[in-house]
Amino acid sequence: MKKILLTLAALGLVAGTLPAVMADPASDLKQFQAFFKKKFPTVPFDEFANGLYALPGMEEYRDQWEQFNEFPPYELGLSDGKKMWEKPFKNGKTFASCFKNGGKNIAQGYPYWDERSQKIRTAEMDLMDCARQNGEEFPFLTADLDKDTKARVQLAELTAAFYSLSQGQRIRIDLSSPGAVKAYEEGKKFWWQRRGQLNFACAHCHMDLAGRNFGGNQPLSAALGHTTAWPAQRLQWGRLETLHRRYGTCNSQVRAKPFKHGSDIYNNLQLYESYMSSGLPLTAPAMRN
Amino acid sequence: MADIQTKIRTKSQGGVTDVLVLVEHPMETGQRTDPKDKSKKVPAHFIQKMTFSVNGKEVASSDLGPAVSKDPLIGIKLKNAKPGDKIKVNWSDNMGQSGSGEATVG
Repeated sequence: MKKILLTLAALGLVAGTLPAVMADPASDLKQFQAFFKKKFPTVPFDEFANGLYALPGMEEYRDQWEQFNEFPPYELGLSDGKKMWEKPFKNGKTFASCFKNGGKNIAQGYPYWDERSQKIRTAEMDLMDCARQNGEEFPFLTADLDKDTKARVQLAELTAAFYSLSQGQRIRIDLSSPGAVKAYEEGKKFWWQRRGQLNFACAHCHMDLAGRNFGGNQPLSAALGHTTAWPAQRLQWGRLETLHRRYGTCNSQVRAKPFKHGSDIYNNLQLYESYMSSGLPLTAPAMRN
Repeated sequence: MADIQTKIRTKSQGGVTDVLVLVEHPMETGQRTDPKDKSKKVPAHFIQKMTFSVNGKEVASSDLGPAVSKDPLIGIKLKNAKPGDKIKVNWSDNMGQSGSGEATVG
């Protein structure tokens, strides 16, 4: 907690000390977004949804990115996902039947707090449960998603199809229940906590150093707008991948042991990051460095 | 194989039409070690020939090789293509698989 305080104070975000710790999510959000508005005054708010390509000094990356967007390679994976989404189950239903409004324009509320299971639920979890309830057998239901790339990519493609139905919707996370706020606090703790041999917290790279290069060729994105593009295709990977996979690789980049795909800690982090990006339009799927 | 995707996109600007083709293809060079059995190599599997035709008439053909990346994006520029022209792309690889895609100039 002390570190959080120190970092916040160092960033010049807070004048007093104690109130910041006790802050509610709404005032956290205000501080968080104000930080980036101050750091990058030339970047319009909506542009943050485009990740690092919106930041000044990233023009070369942006040029490359725009070239890719002429005919983005994720379209191959996205069509696979759409096929899965539309293909009826054995009982005649489709994935759309498990979601409100047929899955259209609802992804901006993900991840959400589920009162019944007292857990944060992501789109991936809902899609997997939907397949299970309808007696379908997909490889990603049983496989170890950390090791089985093929199954994970399939899940990412399906999730991408789901998110693509909500493109342009502005992120709105409901934190009205105490359970949700507790999960949010957990995510916040993870975000500000140092980890790994390099002893970095998420905030070090994606707040202080945002817009710079890490180790020469790893451009660092601003935390604002982090979740809007996922599932995304990274140049390095050449396939659509899930957000939790990215979290895992991010953790190993600071020489920390990654957590499991779909673990509570990543769900909470996803909740925190998504909430901090409130108001930004969803752009998933997209290309990322 | 029918389930290999071949996607085409066209864009016209100033009398020149850009035709872009995206093929879902592993493009194995034959040099890569099989991750499951280190004593073997993954067999070469790459697109060898790709031809472009406009309204049934062949306008371009290219010889591709193992140096081309996975899921390749190949483009040509067409002069004087009219809206409504049908563009067809055929490709075949060294394992005897082939595929094609069609698009209309918009």
